Amino acid sequence: MMMIEQLVTSFIASAAFGLIFNVPKRTLPHCGAVGMVGWLVYVIGMQLSAGAIAATLMASVAVTVISQLFAKQYKTPIIVFSVSGIIPLVPGGLAYDAMRNVVEDNYDLAVQLAVEAFMISGAIAIGLVFSEVINQIIKGRGKHAIDRYAGRSDRR
Amino acid sequence: MNGHSPASSQEITQICLLAGKIILQNGGETYRVEDTMVRIATAYGIESSHSFVTPTGIIFAVDGSSQMTRLIRISERSTNLHKVSQVNDISRRIGSGNLEAHEAHLLLKEIDASASAYPVWLQVLAAAVASGCFLIMFKGGWHDFFPVFVAGGAAYWFLVTLHRIVPIKFFAEFIAALLIGTLSVLFVRYGFGFDLDKIIIGSVMPLVPGLHITAAVRDLMAGHLVSGLSKGAEAFLTAFAIGSGIAAVLSIY
Repeated sequence: MMMIEQLVTSFIASAAFGLIFNVPKRTLPHCGAVGMVGWLVYVIGMQLSAGAIAATLMASVAVTVISQLFAKQYKTPIIVFSVSGIIPLVPGGLAYDAMRNVVEDNYDLAVQLAVEAFMISGAIAIGLVFSEVINQIIKGRGKHAIDRYAGRSDRR
Repeated sequence: MNGHSPASSQEITQICLLAGKIILQNGGETYRVEDTMVRIATAYGIESSHSFVTPTGIIFAVDGSSQMTRLIRISERSTNLHKVSQVNDISRRIGSGNLEAHEAHLLLKEIDASASAYPVWLQVLAAAVASGCFLIMFKGGWHDFFPVFVAGGAAYWFLVTLHRIVPIKFFAEFIAALLIGTLSVLFVRYGFGFDLDKIIIGSVMPLVPGLHITAAVRDLMAGHLVSGLSKGAEAFLTAFAIGSGIAAVLSIY
């Protein structure tokens, strides 16, 4: 029951973010789906007590992989899908807790929380890089004639 | 080799720059701007072109018999991924050889001039709903849904409105965060809300610079160090503005 609640809210939140970023109308459900899968991976990771950093890493890899599949299938820039999927993973809560402890003069705790928030942001970044690298390796040589002509790899 | 009739390199340069400008102004990644411009130039028969793109300007140079260098300054930036996607489609059509230069130019001008965004009330509603959903995702209770819905929506509306009046982005974000903090404290004080922390975290989420963070990382990956770092700085400043806005309210409360 808790899980269904989480899935539905993460789907709606990610689709709503797609709306804020003005993504094309037909891709709104896909944005929601990307966000939902990312959040599902994160929640499962947390329940398996993998720790917030590892869970975020796995979730951001999942988000990017699915975004790449969607981007390829619908011939739409990948940022359309990945952006709304990444948003739920951003450590807003931790950053807030850190800020709150700064205000309350608990600098030790604040620094601890801020470093954790920073590490989680790093995990998101590494997840993005990681699946991007895999994508580049799998694609290998550019398929389109124009890529060969221009002598550059296909980054779309 | 491809089915384009020769267009003047002047027009091709204009097409490339316009395409690049639209992508950059509407939140596309820097590497996509460079990639698109070089692809279009190549498809129209310019074999060697160079581009240098930063978040605030584009320099595009064409080699060959008619050399040319152009500069475009980007001062207004917003997020409209629909336009980015449209330009991407056009660049694909040019690349596959079935879009003539003047036609492409007209289409791009049309995209640039169009206001193909969702209406503001819908975006505000989306921000409000998203805030409410984030509350539940962060294990808040449904009894706090209403205050988060109101605070998140109000802050986003305030941000959009204020951004039109005051061109300094970080100031608008700071004030919006102040508004969230004040509303949340008031809701809790008068018994409409219960968990102050969860209410603030949920309502702040629509302001979080997620797009900038993703774009900055992808730019850094692609080797665009200048734009990656400056977008990262923009994201950091936004986060800082939001954080200090909330901190200001918390320290008073």
